[in-house]
Amino acid sequence: MKYVHEYRNKELSQKLINKIHHSAKGKYTFMEVCGGHTMAIQKFGIPSLLPPKIKLLSGPGCPVCVTEKSYIDTAIAYARLSNTIIATFGDLMRIPGSTSSLELEKARGSDVTIVLSALEALKIAQNKPDKKIIFLAIGFETTAPGSAVAVVQASKARVKNFFILSAHKLMPPAMKAIVDEGVKIDGYICPGHVSTITGSAIYDDIARKYSLPCVISGFEPLDLLQTILALVHQVNEKHSTVEIQYARAVQPNGNPKAKAIMKQIFCETDSEWRGMGNIPKSKLVLSEKYQQYDAEKMIPVDVEPTISDKGCICGEILKGLKTPLDCKLFGSGCTPENPEGACMVSGEGACQAYYRYQSQTEIT
Amino acid sequence: MCLSIPVRIESIEGSEAVVSINGAAYKAGIHLIDNPQVGDYVLLHAGFAIQKISDHEARETLELIKQMKSPF
Ligand code: SF4
Ligand code: SF4
Repeated sequence: MKYVHEYRNKELSQKLINKIHHSAKGKYTFMEVCGGHTMAIQKFGIPSLLPPKIKLLSGPGCPVCVTEKSYIDTAIAYARLSNTIIATFGDLMRIPGSTSSLELEKARGSDVTIVLSALEALKIAQNKPDKKIIFLAIGFETTAPGSAVAVVQASKARVKNFFILSAHKLMPPAMKAIVDEGVKIDGYICPGHVSTITGSAIYDDIARKYSLPCVISGFEPLDLLQTILALVHQVNEKHSTVEIQYARAVQPNGNPKAKAIMKQIFCETDSEWRGMGNIPKSKLVLSEKYQQYDAEKMIPVDVEPTISDKGCICGEILKGLKTPLDCKLFGSGCTPENPEGACMVSGEGACQAYYRYQSQTEIT
Repeated sequence: MCLSIPVRIESIEGSEAVVSINGAAYKAGIHLIDNPQVGDYVLLHAGFAIQKISDHEARETLELIKQMKSPF
């Protein structure tokens, strides 16, 4: 967009960097929960611009990375049925399940199609009435409204062969779970696009009850630097409030239309997160009224037992306990071409972000 | 999968807008935004426009940063 290059302005960045260096008095650890932020932080080499007393941790913010292995195994089981078509975002193709991946299943003859949106999956269903189309609905509050629109459209058009397999997750329960686990952080760089939908109030609890500063950030270098400065100021002043740095895309009350449609079709339930275990009320599934679109309710399938990861420490990375560099497999046994775990598969996964931009950050 | 990018609405057909990404035309659902207009900048996420982007706010943030008094 028109302003993008301005948000990369060197002079202004330098100003912010100087200010951060000047303001940083103690030690600070901030966590970015959004995979988009992790990628931007690595890409622009932000850690190397900050004083060493400011540490950035990546959290559980990439929907591909946090999707549990059993979900991939279920998708694979569905792919193996004869009359189904799996419609999925491309990122899920290479995530290793227990014994296979969607990519492998496709090579073996299963019908697995990459789509760019939930509506595209619905269109396939309308064009192929004799097949069952299962859309792998993953993503946070940002993506869930799109799945909701597709279900509502399917219902209006009386489409009977469109189903979703929901792994839609909610961000705030995971952010709380991390602090409850004892991960020490001084503030959250809050996800920009999740907040576009939800607004800022979803972090009020985290700021108030956990006394953690929360700043909703954009994705350009100036955004991230301004956010970090705001967090440093809050910590210095012993404040903990929710601020919106990314005001050009985030309204305090979010996107009411998107929130309404999500509320209309989904309800909250507990969910497993990769490496993080069960988090209460952290997932969206279709409510009673829309169960005919719920693959798990409507299409029985045998799923192979899930085999847990060997050597991959994605779980600990997602919790902020370790960084990709702590993983023995990083860069040797595990690369984007030959990923061992989800964090290396996704473009927004911490392991891939570190792998791609490692040279710029010169990690010590 | 979940990168959101700012795009400009080039035309509107029903509940879909045509936007261009690096010169290629692409269809986006506009069910989630109010009163979409040709020329609006919107955030595109997984095939849907999820919010209009405010020019005014973008300019204001930049102004704030510009005016920030640096100690150096
Ligand atoms: S934009 Fe949303 S869904 Fe995408 S990485 Fe960030 S938090 Fe996750
Ligand atoms: S480097 Fe690979 S094996 Fe190690 S944690 Fe990351 S994804 Fe897992």
